[in-house]
Amino acid sequence: MPVRTLEEPRKSQIQAALEDQDTSVALDPLENEMILNMGPQHPATHGVLRVLVRLDGETVTGCVPELGYLHRGYEKIAENSTYHEFIPHTDRLDYLSPLSNNVAYALAVEKLVGIEVPLRAQYIRVLCCEMARVASHLVAVGTMGMDVGALTVLLWTFREREKLMDIFDVLTGARFTTSYTRIGGLQQDWTPQCTGMLRTFLDEFDRDLAEVEDLLYKNRIFIDRCENVGYISREDAISLGLTGPILRAAGVSRDLRRDKPYLVYPELDFDVVTYSESDSLARFYVRMEEMKQSAKILRQALEKMPSGPIHDRDTKRVLPRKDRTYTRMEELIHDFMLINLGIDPPVGEVYFGIESSRGEFGLYIVSDGTGNPWRMKIRSPSMVNLSALPLMIKGGMISDIVVVIGSLDPVMGEADK
Amino acid sequence: MNQLILQKIVAQFPKSVQGSDEFRGDLTVRVKKEDIAGICSFLRDDPELSFDMLVDLCGVDMYRPEGRFEVVYNMYSIRNKWYLRLKVLVDEEKPIVDSVTSVWTAANWHERETYDMYGIKFRGHPDLRRMYMPEDYEYYPLRKDFPLMGVPDSIPLPRK
Repeated sequence: MPVRTLEEPRKSQIQAALEDQDTSVALDPLENEMILNMGPQHPATHGVLRVLVRLDGETVTGCVPELGYLHRGYEKIAENSTYHEFIPHTDRLDYLSPLSNNVAYALAVEKLVGIEVPLRAQYIRVLCCEMARVASHLVAVGTMGMDVGALTVLLWTFREREKLMDIFDVLTGARFTTSYTRIGGLQQDWTPQCTGMLRTFLDEFDRDLAEVEDLLYKNRIFIDRCENVGYISREDAISLGLTGPILRAAGVSRDLRRDKPYLVYPELDFDVVTYSESDSLARFYVRMEEMKQSAKILRQALEKMPSGPIHDRDTKRVLPRKDRTYTRMEELIHDFMLINLGIDPPVGEVYFGIESSRGEFGLYIVSDGTGNPWRMKIRSPSMVNLSALPLMIKGGMISDIVVVIGSLDPVMGEADK
Repeated sequence: MNQLILQKIVAQFPKSVQGSDEFRGDLTVRVKKEDIAGICSFLRDDPELSFDMLVDLCGVDMYRPEGRFEVVYNMYSIRNKWYLRLKVLVDEEKPIVDSVTSVWTAANWHERETYDMYGIKFRGHPDLRRMYMPEDYEYYPLRKDFPLMGVPDSIPLPRK
């Protein structure tokens, strides 16, 4: 085993660790500084995140997150496919809330093309976004509990999430890879069956969430493991561009649903939850409270949802209904042109971001007037939130890493694109 | 509001602003490459504007002889709830821009990603390594002359 001395510069030590050389032991046994490789295959990293940590005993003195193990080049794929063809790929970005990605993508392209969908479709999209938020936060809360040893929470939250998955199944035809939105509309209409299922879910949801609270809010182990762990100051959080529950747990009240309203959010009544402690526990509380707010939004949206069309009527830019494609000449031609050549948007560039469950999920689209985007940049909240990891765990214990990653709740499909 | 932002930038940096346009309510200001760090710190520190958050930073390959690459800065003001987009042009021969990591630490990973995908170097960046691709990878995948299917044998696989 090659033995390395401490006199060597630290940078080369990190470089060697990145290239999988052995860096485990220092010369002096009392000066036991060591570099540990965590991941990419590690249950607590929620995917394929790799973290290199420098340890002094059990204390973390530095850390370097390494991304790219799930890099599939979606931005390149987007440049080479039409706007409709890219919709299924958006499911695979943030795979814990695919529906809100679908909505974000459709809204960004509609902003570029200049379409506003009918009111009913907007309400259905709000329902989609909020159901996705609840489903995603349930996983976040459950896995964070599991990471600190409370396995029951994970089982209970997954039981709740399963009910939402059943609704997705009925609504979109798929539990996970929903591909539900279309440019200028939706794949299919909201049905009374979905309303019934969602009402049943909402009726039980408060009680079931209270059960989770009972398990954790007075759990000494859970509180001790999470409190004051992974602290980040308000200024650092803003400068790092953190968004979503992590920014709101740092005391910054920023929620794009309220600040940059899209869809029908201005007509719905909800609160933006903020905490000021900015530790892992506060981020957990923010998610719990946000689920309650989402349930509130879901109830209102179900009440207010009007009847009417779910598609924009401009058949030159929106895919026609399937039955018409099969029976009418004009619609068949439009369908053919839209599928083969794509929509022809104006030349220009737009940025559009929504408040997804992890923060600001944005799309920056540069159009050259053809059917494919010239450039599409995906602003993924997971990647930006992960960049706070070195600051958050510096000075903490090695077991805190697991908690902090759990509280950041990254989805590597989105962080690596 | 977009007019107010534009006026303030032009008043402060009359020689740097090269043009601007507004599309679907988004304001884009094209500025000189040399002044980008100064303009960014002005935008962050100006009490009236206070663009304290860098939402996104990315490169665009326009695939043209002059000023082939663009670096795009999307920023947000938490207090005013405004978005703003800045843009600089970068040549193919000398793809170097000043880093804005000293203004917003968020730029760190975004600039690494831009370097990884386009080969644009950021002067003054503390840790300019590749973000997603292997460190010894020779190509820049999001350039328009990089093929969609990738370059065969460009990533060596481990031998048995």
